[in-house]
Amino acid sequence: MKKPIAGGSGGAAGIAAALPHVRALPPGRLTRWLENERLLAGFLLAPTVVILTVFIAYPFLMGIWLSLSSTSVGNPGKFVGLSNFVKAWNDSIFQVVFRNTFFYTFWATIFKLALGMWLALLLNRHFRGKRIVRASMLLPFIIPTVLSTFAWRWMFDPTFSVVNWVLYQTGFIVTKLPFLSDGAWAMWCAILINTWRGMPFFAITLLAGLQTISPDLHEAASLDGANAWHRLWRVTWPLLKPVTVVVVVFSIIQTFADFQLIYVLTGGGPANSTHLLSTYAYQLGVNSGLLGEGAAISLFMFPVLFAVVWIQLRYIRRLEGA
Amino acid sequence: MTTEKREDGASKSGQVDRRTFIKTTGVAAGVAGGIEGILAARRAPAFAQGTKLHWVRWNDFIPEADVELKTRQVPEASKALGAEVTLETINANDIQPRITAAIQSGSGADIFHLFYNWPQLYQNSLVDVSDIANAVVKDQGGFYDVYKPSFQVGGKWMGMPHSIVGNAVAYRRSWLKDVGATEYPKTWDEALKVFTLLKKKGRPYGQTLGHTFGDAPTFAYPLLWNFGGAETDASGKKVVINSKGTVESVKFMQAFWKEACDEGGLAWDDTNNNRAFHAGELSATLNGASIYIVAKRQKEKIKDEKGEPMYLDIDHAGLLPAGPAGQFPLYFSTGHGIMKYSKNQKLAKDFLAWLHKKENFEKWFQVNEGYSVAATTSWENHPMWSKIDKPLQVFRTAARKTRIFGHAGPSSGKATEAFSKYIVVDMYAKAVQGMKAEDAVKWAEGELKKVYEG
Repeated sequence: MKKPIAGGSGGAAGIAAALPHVRALPPGRLTRWLENERLLAGFLLAPTVVILTVFIAYPFLMGIWLSLSSTSVGNPGKFVGLSNFVKAWNDSIFQVVFRNTFFYTFWATIFKLALGMWLALLLNRHFRGKRIVRASMLLPFIIPTVLSTFAWRWMFDPTFSVVNWVLYQTGFIVTKLPFLSDGAWAMWCAILINTWRGMPFFAITLLAGLQTISPDLHEAASLDGANAWHRLWRVTWPLLKPVTVVVVVFSIIQTFADFQLIYVLTGGGPANSTHLLSTYAYQLGVNSGLLGEGAAISLFMFPVLFAVVWIQLRYIRRLEGA
Repeated sequence: MTTEKREDGASKSGQVDRRTFIKTTGVAAGVAGGIEGILAARRAPAFAQGTKLHWVRWNDFIPEADVELKTRQVPEASKALGAEVTLETINANDIQPRITAAIQSGSGADIFHLFYNWPQLYQNSLVDVSDIANAVVKDQGGFYDVYKPSFQVGGKWMGMPHSIVGNAVAYRRSWLKDVGATEYPKTWDEALKVFTLLKKKGRPYGQTLGHTFGDAPTFAYPLLWNFGGAETDASGKKVVINSKGTVESVKFMQAFWKEACDEGGLAWDDTNNNRAFHAGELSATLNGASIYIVAKRQKEKIKDEKGEPMYLDIDHAGLLPAGPAGQFPLYFSTGHGIMKYSKNQKLAKDFLAWLHKKENFEKWFQVNEGYSVAATTSWENHPMWSKIDKPLQVFRTAARKTRIFGHAGPSSGKATEAFSKYIVVDMYAKAVQGMKAEDAVKWAEGELKKVYEG
């Protein structure tokens, strides 16, 4: 049988009035917890902290431990201090790889920035079919890297290159161009493919930045007699700089740690001329089973990327301060 | 409901209860040993219901070989062993990452396909399979010499040798005849002369010096050995690559590359030469039997310049030409390893024993038509060899003289490191790109010292 409810409506109210006064129930434990801001904040942050710990902090700390140990596959190893780093530093292949990584990142980023900016400025204009062009521009970025790199590898194939065939048929060359069979050519081919793939990211982000610039500023500058170059340099560029810095930093991080493109295109060859830190670390860690040495090589990326991120954060803080 | 039991454990209805069955098969297996025991019991062994065995192998270059395993042998083995055996075939390059991840996490496939000297690399994580290996040796002749330094660790078989993919030079018989060579050159000097003439006719020799696991090292290491070079001495602790023989081999390669080879080979992977050969771009190339087998199976598609099926003009030279020190190939030796973390080690052993039973292995062996030869010597006498095409018969004895990297020392994990870093391959690659032969050898010496003596 149901008990009468205190404070109920209708007839129940009369009965309640005759009953001894019932005190209001104290808030439940859960309610108290939710009302405590500190606890609630911790509760809401917990998933993020767990994800960061499991997927970022743990692998990172594990990587550091591995780099300081003689761990190989199936062998836990022991602490060896910095000897893996010293060994890598004295390794002539590593030195080539280190130089390659900087060269590759530097030129690929420059080209992506220049071409991405150019593309963004073009797409910021009004023309028929603008939306289709903008959407299709993203294709290289959308196609999986492995797939597009295979296509490029076919185009640069030493025997069946369509580029060589076209150049030969049109009389521009008499012997095949050594796209991937010459070290220097292979590196430039890798830079070209990385640029092709990464340029849309620059273009679309810079385009978004361009769209936030008020046309009034350009109009005012024009009235003051500024030509196109002046408007670009004095109006567009200063306002676009924060976005550009962020894009460049992201690109440097991605390019510096690039793996798939080189792995599929050349495997690091010929004669290590296209090996990057990530592909060399994989070669040592997985193919040779030397997990400690592989981890040390990949950790050489850390100070460089840390410096890049630090510069970016400082720059953003300065902007915020201004 | 109860079942009246006889003294021998069988019910009146003739059924055997589980406890008795386990007892019987267990004793039988113990007495007769492994698979014989199972067969003697005429029943599947008592693996817990639903027991699964996960086996990972490469995607075979002869697809029919995978079909034989997947559609016939695996179901038959599952039936015979009373467990569910599953075969997963993956890209050869992906096997090492899979093994690494499995070992480090302590979970994954029960049996992995192992290449070259991987048992040395993963020795702490593999189960000793000496019992089944020795049984196969007893039954089918000894393993080829290459397996002892690569699959044995401290006298124990840490991997079960399975088969060897022999390499041979596939060449166009008529093209060589056009320049006066009625048979494949026996020495490197003769080869230089023949292929120089062929390159002038637009029919170069095709060879990769890229970072590939197959065709580049199987060319570079034998070239080094044939000229008398070696990575280390017999102890495996002293690097001896900087020798007269090595320098001579590098100088020879510089000339051969320029005069006789398709110089695009620096960027080739293991499939480029197959495609180039089938397209009529190459007069010869070092490869497995797949060039011939594919040309024969696709005879309507792969034709020579006269419109005839190309396979009719393809022949094989079983070994690379001899150098001053002899002829020593590096073939692709493979086997299987049972992982220590596996909860089904006994089942895995029984499975490998089943796989290597003559009547089962024979079916797989025949499907390969010589592309993969057995790990033991007695299969050289199999009647298949007289039935297959003549160009494939060179593989019959192919595995006899094969060496493995690390020579003249043991094929240790350090030898794998040197192999994985492509030091020997890159020594030649650097030289053909313009580095002085002596400098290229010196570079390789420096790198090898860091690996072997560091």
